[in-house]
Amino acid sequence: MKVRLTINGREREADVEPRKTLLDTLREDFLLVGSHAGCEHGVCGACTVLIDGEPSRSCLMFAVQADGYDITTIEGLAPAPGELSIVQDAFCETHGLQCGYCTSGMILAAHALLERNDAPTRADILEAISGNICRCTGYGQIVEAIEHAADRLRKTNVPRGGRP
Amino acid sequence: MKPAPFDYVRPDSLGEACEILASDEDARIIAGGQTLIPMLAMRLARPAKLVDILRLQELHGIRADEGAIVIGAVTRQVEVERSEIVRRSLPLLAKALPWVGHPPTRNRGTVGGSIANADPSAEIPLVAVTLGAEIEIANPPDRTRMPADDFFIGPMLTSVMPGDCVCAVRFPVWTHPRVGTGFHEVSARQSDFAFVAAAAQVALDESGRCIAATLGLGGVGDRAIRIDVAPLIGDIPARKKIADVVRAATGNLEANSDLHASADYRRRVAATLGIRALEDAFTEAVSANGASP
Repeated sequence: MKVRLTINGREREADVEPRKTLLDTLREDFLLVGSHAGCEHGVCGACTVLIDGEPSRSCLMFAVQADGYDITTIEGLAPAPGELSIVQDAFCETHGLQCGYCTSGMILAAHALLERNDAPTRADILEAISGNICRCTGYGQIVEAIEHAADRLRKTNVPRGGRP
Repeated sequence: MKPAPFDYVRPDSLGEACEILASDEDARIIAGGQTLIPMLAMRLARPAKLVDILRLQELHGIRADEGAIVIGAVTRQVEVERSEIVRRSLPLLAKALPWVGHPPTRNRGTVGGSIANADPSAEIPLVAVTLGAEIEIANPPDRTRMPADDFFIGPMLTSVMPGDCVCAVRFPVWTHPRVGTGFHEVSARQSDFAFVAAAAQVALDESGRCIAATLGLGGVGDRAIRIDVAPLIGDIPARKKIADVVRAATGNLEANSDLHASADYRRRVAATLGIRALEDAFTEAVSANGASP
């Protein structure tokens, strides 16, 4: 089946089998391999992407269901080639990652949270990343990274709210 | 972890969807897919055809109708969680929603999907049973309403017949001036399946007497059930009486036993959480200022 998807602001087209998940389509047809295939049945959160700005599991959606939505992957967060978004940068600065497998999902979940609420409580942060499993960090530095990013977002003088 | 091949269709109307379902016994409905797609990935389900109803506008939305709030089957859980009308008129559902899955699955998962899936530990079916909701089922040209008690018949089992489609859930609204709710749950991790969940809603009159009360328990047996708390009605609620009534009603509950929790544990937790949920509900109702819902 032919599908037309809007990914990181660009219209893309692919010919996929109905059983192909959005995750596999992103990785194989569009070479956007920042979305990671972990458990592939909706448990780990490594494949998280934003669908119309809301974190969703790309392994729990078929590509043929995904037309018409605004899909954002980790590749779509950086403001320009070679740069990092504020959330990405905060993860680097506070060592919010070790192996990096969960990182793209964590950052997208954090990004979506901070778009709605740039002064989250610790409980808000834990809730936002509750669907994302990390086996390295013990989550402490990830929470710290999101708090750090929130702080910097509150102080930034760059307009926000646009995509992504 | 790749599903077996299937055909995918996205009909333009509920009538068309039901026609396809009726003509092909291996066809299955997909909406949010948050339970079905893992089943497909693990090949526990192998439908020949998926009928996508997610974008059927006639199945979407939250509206007030004849003393009830009607939530369309494909309304996403996150929409209910953020809905002002739900917070005002269905406070128990609003309280239970944050316990459903976690944020990414609530962003895609639907209310009708959770109802049709009929997981014994699921929160939305529990609230439906607790409040005595009705499930609207389409089998064109008919559209019938079925009480939640008759709809859920066992673990992942409902009275929906092949070719039927759950199209909405009709939650009754309590219009009493002082209403309170309580919701408690025990699970291995936050947002994991509930071993036991308890949902309570009560109403008081001006003098503080209980005029309506309901308590539901999920995760204990094969489906969510309502507990008899009628002895509380007519009294000014006291802690001891609440505990006595709940203990008496839960002492002989049929409970499941598994690796995580024995039947005895489930019965004990059911009583404790039932008491807590009712106490919360009465506390909330006492401090409710009598403003209309």
